[in-house]
Formats: sequence, C-alpha cells, structure tokens
Amino acid sequence: MSNHAAIDVIVSEVVEVNSLIKRFHFKRRDGGHLPAFSGGAHIVIEMQDGEQLRRTPYSLMSSPLDTSDYQCSIRRDDEGRGGSLYMHREVKPGMAMKISPPANLFALDLRARKHLMIAGGIGITPFLAQSSQLERTGGEYELHYGVRSAQLGAYLDVLQERLQHRLHTYYDDQQQSIDFDELLSTQPAGTHLYVCGPTPMIDKVLNTARGAGWPESHIHFEHFAKASPGEPFTAELSASGVTVEVGREQSLLEAIEAAGIEAPYLCRGGACGQCETRVLDCDGELLHEDHWLEDDERSAGEKIMPCVSRFKGKRLVLER
Amino acid sequence: MGSTASLPTFKDGTYRDDFSFRNSPESVLRAPFPFDKDEYMYAVNMELHKDGRPGTAYEQPIDVDEHYLAEMRDRALVLDEDPLRCQSLPHMEMAGWDTLELLMECKANSYPDSFSLERDGDQWHWINRPMGIDQRFTFGDATTLPYGPLEYITRQAQGDFVVLDERANNLWMDAGMVTTQADWSLDFDIGMNFFEWHAPVPLAHEKGIFERAIKYLLAVQQSNPARRLNWTMTVNPRLDTSPENYHQWGPENTHITPENVADKLFLRIELQSFWRLPRSNAILFPIRCYFLSMRDLSTVPKWAKRMHRVLNTLPPELSSYKGLDNFRGTAVDWLAQFDDGSPTTPGPFPD
Repeated sequence: MSNHAAIDVIVSEVVEVNSLIKRFHFKRRDGGHLPAFSGGAHIVIEMQDGEQLRRTPYSLMSSPLDTSDYQCSIRRDDEGRGGSLYMHREVKPGMAMKISPPANLFALDLRARKHLMIAGGIGITPFLAQSSQLERTGGEYELHYGVRSAQLGAYLDVLQERLQHRLHTYYDDQQQSIDFDELLSTQPAGTHLYVCGPTPMIDKVLNTARGAGWPESHIHFEHFAKASPGEPFTAELSASGVTVEVGREQSLLEAIEAAGIEAPYLCRGGACGQCETRVLDCDGELLHEDHWLEDDERSAGEKIMPCVSRFKGKRLVLER
Repeated sequence: MGSTASLPTFKDGTYRDDFSFRNSPESVLRAPFPFDKDEYMYAVNMELHKDGRPGTAYEQPIDVDEHYLAEMRDRALVLDEDPLRCQSLPHMEMAGWDTLELLMECKANSYPDSFSLERDGDQWHWINRPMGIDQRFTFGDATTLPYGPLEYITRQAQGDFVVLDERANNLWMDAGMVTTQADWSLDFDIGMNFFEWHAPVPLAHEKGIFERAIKYLLAVQQSNPARRLNWTMTVNPRLDTSPENYHQWGPENTHITPENVADKLFLRIELQSFWRLPRSNAILFPIRCYFLSMRDLSTVPKWAKRMHRVLNTLPPELSSYKGLDNFRGTAVDWLAQFDDGSPTTPGPFPD
C-alpha cells in the first residue's frame, strides 16, 4: 500500500552519538502525540534532496511507550546513495519533514518463552525499542551485541544500565566474536531468535540456527541494507506508458515515483514483497538485490523488486 | 470521516424469542447493501475504509446505529450462557488494549454527544452515555476494569471482533468476541491461521482468492484501514446463529413459506473492516452485522430487483455453503414481483 498518510514532523533534536552515527528526534508539527508502535517498527523518512525525493526506511529506536517523539539513529554511509549523507549534512533542528506512520516487519513473537537478540553495529536500533517494550511488559530476553570498538559501539551505556547481566558485548578490536555454535545450541525450548546487522552476520546466524535445528517460525531477521547506487539505466512502464531514466544514486522505485506514478511499497529494503513488479520484456540482466524472490524466481527473470534491484542491458519493460 | 454525527433514538427490539427487531425506514436506507452488480461471485472485494458516504453505515469508521442498546443486551445474554464466546490467548493482552483504545477513540471522535474519552498519561476516563457507563481506569492494568480490555470494550461495541496475530507471513485467530456470527465458532477456530479457518469455503481456494487476500491484509498499515462486505441469509433476525446453538436455529431454516417470507427471511450483511493495531502489530477484524428483511428490501426498488437476480443466478455451491437451499426458491418467487427485467444502475447505492 503506497498511499500512506504522511505525518508532518519537526526535527526537534540532532545528537552526535559518535563519529559515524547521529540520532534524529522528530515531533509532530501540530504538537500532538505520534502514533503508538511496536518494537522493531520502522518509519520511512521523506527527504527532498534538491530535485530528488528520497524515501528511506529507518528503525525506530525510542521507547514504544513514549510517543511524544520518535528517534532514529542513522549511520553515515559514505558509499551509499546519499540518504544517510543527506540526513547527516542537511538535517538540522527545527527543520520540517514528512515521515510515514510506523510499520513493523521485525516484530517480537509475544508467545516466546525467551527472546534471544543478536545485533551487529547499527543493527542495534530495533533492539533498543524492543528492550524498552519488554522492560515494561515483562518477558525474558538477552542481547548479544557486536561492535567495532568501545568508541563506535552506540548506546552501550544505555543498554548496560537497562539489561545489566543480560547484555553481552563483543569488541572487534579486541578480537572478540560471538560463538554462534555455542549460543544457538544451548537455548531453552521456546526461545525465539532475532538478528539484525550486516548481511554476512545475518547469513552466518541463520545458517548456524538452521543447522542446529531451529524451526523457521522461531527465526526472525532484518537486513538494514538499503538500495545501493549503480549504473544508470532506462525502464519502460507499460501500464503507464512512460519511460523512466534511473539515475546513479536513484532506485528504480524512486524513479517510478518521480514520474508521478504510485507504486506499492512498505520496507523499501527488498524484504517485504509489496513492490514486486512483473517484468514483461528484458533484453539484458536483472541485478537482483532483494531478500524476497526465491532462487527459481530470479532465474526465471519475470519479477523484480524495484526498491533495491537494478538492470543492465538494452531494454526493460515492466508491468507498472 | 472526520465529521461528527449524533445518534438516533435507540430501538428496543429483540434478536431471540419474540424477534421484535425492526428497522426504521432510515435504517433500511443506510444499510451497506452488498451487491454492486446483478450477480454474485467471490472476489477480493477489499477497499480502503475511508471517505465514508454521508447518511450510510460507512459514514463513521466504527458505526453505531439505532440497534446499539438492543445488540448489547443480546450480547450480554449470550455471554451469560457461554463465556467462551470471548477468548484471548495469553500473548494477545496488548492487542486487547489496542482494541480498547481504537474503539474508544473512534466512538468519542464520531459521536461526541454520546461518548467521551479523557487521557492523562495512563489514567483514562471513559464515558458511554447510552449505556450509562462512567469508568476511570489505568491503561495497561486489567485489574482496574471489570473485564479484560477486549471483553470490556466489545461489550460496548456492535458487531463481532476478531483479533489476528501476525506471524510468519500469516494471520492467526488468537483472540476475539464472537456472538453475532453466521454459523462459525471462535472456540473452534481459535489458534487457527488464515488458511485453516477458511478451509471450508468452496470455490474461493481454487480461484486463488485467499492468497491474494492475505497479501492485501498483511499490507494493511496504521492509519489505512480496509474493508469488505460479505453476506448470507438468516431466518428470523437472530444475531447468534452459532454452531453451539444450532439446535435452536437450524430447524427454523425449514420454516419459510410464501406467506411469511417477507418478514421472516433476512439478508444478513457483514461489514468487515481491518485495522492494524499499533502496540501489538496485530490486526483487528470487526465483523458488523446488518439485517434487512425481504420486506425492507422491497422498499428500495433497485435493491429488490437486484436481490431477485442475485439469488436467482447464485452458483449452487455457494447457495449450499451459505445454507440457503431450503428457502432460496421461495425468496426468488416473492421477489419476482419487484423485478420488471429493466436494467439496474451501477454500484450498490439506492437510486
């Protein structure tokens, strides 16, 4: 569903968390409360970056119990398409912005006897919200948090105070790493596993868990990978009768939106399946970057996820 | 939506024993007539639940009508006999609070003369004037209410309420208040997923209806509720046509005659809506029932004509699944007098 009723907000605070991460606080422009949400939810921030309208999802890290403001921590990605750079360079307190209502694709399973959380780097943000939620509602949980160094480990102090012995921290610069085999083979029955971090870490956790016999229903993960920049290309939209040029720093979905065409989306990270689009003609190579399509669907070449995936070749026609 | 409304004078009808339920003429005209064409087949007939048409059951997001108090009395009677009509699995407590908040907010916003909600942090004050309720409570603390949050608020809201937990790209019926159902049982379905509880529906699985429907439902997000209509027919205006009470209403299916069909046979319309709940990430699924007798329908020429055609052309599998076989012919015969064969205008609303 794409016609989210956007919420008008003011940037109320920008805090430098460390040399790579800034935290942005948003309040409603009309002074009211923001919608309640559940731990693990994200919002989509609209950024008018010159000519280009970006819509980028970020996890809410603030407490779901406090809807006076929303907080997102954003790591500067110098290699990315520019969303995080825009947030770091251009967004200042007092600025008016638009955000989507929260949506959750990484929710806690409230039936769990225990929640086992594994975070890498900026992947900590959804767990900040979830741990606030669990502190209020009760529920056993523990968090394993891998960081590059004490300096770059965001919110270690907050988490230490909140979780105490349930927080386990691992420092790369001290050659510490999480022993996934040990961790995932010693959990009580009824434990649910949640992992958010860099893709290689997620893959390792998922492989280890599956190998150790974890049921799929108890494994939850969220990639924070976003659309990457790439070579420009052209796409024809058959239903709209429009041809769009996709720029180097633009996603296919953004180019479709820039042409004034409403397309469905939810996560904008290749995970939720909402933007799945049929490929009617393809003379070239689809560069799939999503986590949604199955392998056989990719090789069939009949579908593309325009929020993250790109194209290289002569002609691409989409049913949009 | 956004505009407010005042409630009509409440009617005193009953949904059992002497069946004194009657619609006022205004109540007939505002009903959500479910047929936008002259024939019926399953479809993924979902749309956004907004832009409510003034003067219809769609005007306010949670509709309250002239039968409010009568329906709430009937619900209390059902619950006295069978408390299992309201159930909530342990992990659904938060969804119960979400439901309470949604229904209180909607009613207070839509009908400020009748309902009010004041919030001061977690200290809430709820007033339901039609039912004479004035309740102060602590949001999130069930010990400050006479019932759990789901039961408390759905004893004050027309229609059934099913609460669906979202897990593994599926929806699970893990809580609900179900006393006005068309022959299905919460006690039987609780804990089932979307495909399991729809398993008995004919034809729709083959058409891929449920795969598309669940994709749509999982995408329902906060501030974007959706709705659809469903329908069946019921002998007598009996809200509680449950499997548990089949011995009471089942035999009545054979009681329709040409003499009594106009006032004893009812089109039973379900206005179903779907709301993403904020704190639990669950989906609230209200199923609101509206009754129109065949005589009520005959007061709206387009509806009588269309009802005649829909019943006449209904696929036999659907007629059988909906339990219409005993009286469909009698209804078609009676409605024939209102159908001159002329075309009907598009859409469901009266001309």
